[in-house]
Amino acid sequence: MKVTVKIWRQKDSRSKGSFQTYPVDNISEEMSFFEMLDMLNESLVKQGEKPVAFDHDCREGICGTCGMFINGRAHGPISGITTCQLHMRRFNDGDTIVVEPWRAKAFPVIQDLVVDRTSFDRIMLSGGYISINSGGAPDANAIPISKISADIAMDGASCIGCGACVATCKNSSAMLFVSAKVSQFAVLPQGQVERKERVQNMVTSMDEEGFGNCTNTYACEAECPKEISVAHIARMNREFLKANLSG
Amino acid sequence: MGWMFDFLNSSIGKKIQMAITGVLLCLFLIIHLIGNLFLFAGPHAFNTYVETLSAVRPIVRSIELILTLIFLGHIFNGIRLIIANRQATSVKYAVNKARENSTIVSRTMGITGSVIFIFLAVHLSTIWYTFQLEHGGGKFFDIVMSNNIGFGNLIVTIFYMIAMFLLGFHLRHGFQSAFQTFGWNHTKYKSIIEVVAVFFWLILPVGFLMIPLYFGLLGGGN
Ligand code: HEM
Ligand code: SF4
Ligand code: FES
Repeated sequence: MKVTVKIWRQKDSRSKGSFQTYPVDNISEEMSFFEMLDMLNESLVKQGEKPVAFDHDCREGICGTCGMFINGRAHGPISGITTCQLHMRRFNDGDTIVVEPWRAKAFPVIQDLVVDRTSFDRIMLSGGYISINSGGAPDANAIPISKISADIAMDGASCIGCGACVATCKNSSAMLFVSAKVSQFAVLPQGQVERKERVQNMVTSMDEEGFGNCTNTYACEAECPKEISVAHIARMNREFLKANLSG
Repeated sequence: MGWMFDFLNSSIGKKIQMAITGVLLCLFLIIHLIGNLFLFAGPHAFNTYVETLSAVRPIVRSIELILTLIFLGHIFNGIRLIIANRQATSVKYAVNKARENSTIVSRTMGITGSVIFIFLAVHLSTIWYTFQLEHGGGKFFDIVMSNNIGFGNLIVTIFYMIAMFLLGFHLRHGFQSAFQTFGWNHTKYKSIIEVVAVFFWLILPVGFLMIPLYFGLLGGGN
């Protein structure tokens, strides 16, 4: 296979950046998208050019670092996967593939396709934790938790913080991410101690970081690699309302 | 009171204000449409209906005041949302296939809302205003059908029809969206909301649209 990649190149956060077009030849259909980019980078290095900077770590769909916009979709054209899980067989010979970094005020570009997502970390610091007493480990089965609650919490916990929800949202809203984190604790007994402060602090932090306001387009749910439901957003709205209205 | 202010200014607080005012406006539409349907019963029925309303003017005025506040709340928050969301987004994507992950109605709430706002300004400054100047005399039906501000004017007719069409768009997304905002997203209720929503986004706007269609385009009432 042969493809043409049109990639956003930007020297650093202060530079302007522009698209550069590169042909990549001798690609096999079994290759992952990143192996294709690796090939491109090797040839760029050979030519004495700077390789394309992009975030990646596990390359098995669990760390959430590999965010990029490919042909107008977060993580590429296939739903329910991260970029590292995308294979070249999803493209056709001769295609032009447009690759862009996540776009949102709260995710400034650091270089090429790499963006700064520490705004998510700061939201987590503001409330994405539980308090437990130190001492002997309690028996895991001593606290009864219904199957439904355990499942909802697990769904929320499966968020990998990739930022696709923000990147795809026309409002750059982080509601899906924050709601997944609020939900995962709100439905479990261990999360009750900080339940009220958590939702208030995390929403305040989200607003302060400059994320937009949700208008329920549900694009986030459609693009989330972990297929997290917007029902979590509804739960967070409920939690936030309750936390604010109760004494 | 500080908490109240913070709450109303938070992202979710703004959404909730949008949703409460939006649903209240939906309820107003029901009442407004029922009144308008008297047009189909003929000049006498419609004039009598409007004269009856004039007889209880203090009540009507109080309701209008509340309605104005609701509208202003909805529009004020809508504009705040649009501005805040502009500020939150950075460079536009060169390629963005938004069609593959969201509906067009959900992405154009600001645009459809703005057209409804223009409609509202026109409607209030023409028909509503002229109604206020009349005291009895059975002229109300004729005002609605008049050749300059009413459905005797083709441009007015078409503008009203476009506005009602876009109102349907606005509510196609808006009605169910409000319940998501209230936190009522549950498989148990979702199908009920969807059914009720059809009344608001399809039946109500079509009901309104019938009026310019029948009296303006099809020559009804002559
Ligand atoms: C009869 C008139 C109107 C009705 C019945 C109506 C109804 C609604 C409803 C039910 C919502 C959903 C609330 C939510 O998502 O939580 C909404 C949202 C919205 N409306 Fe209206 N609206 C009307 C007029 C307007 C006007 C005049 C504007 C002008 C700016 C406007 C702009 C918006 C915006 C920007 C949203 C937010 C989008 C969102 O959050 O999904 N609307 N409207
Ligand atoms: S909610 Fe989904 S899209 Fe958003 S950060 Fe988590 S895993 Fe990524
Ligand atoms: S590299 Fe870890 S999820 Fe893609």
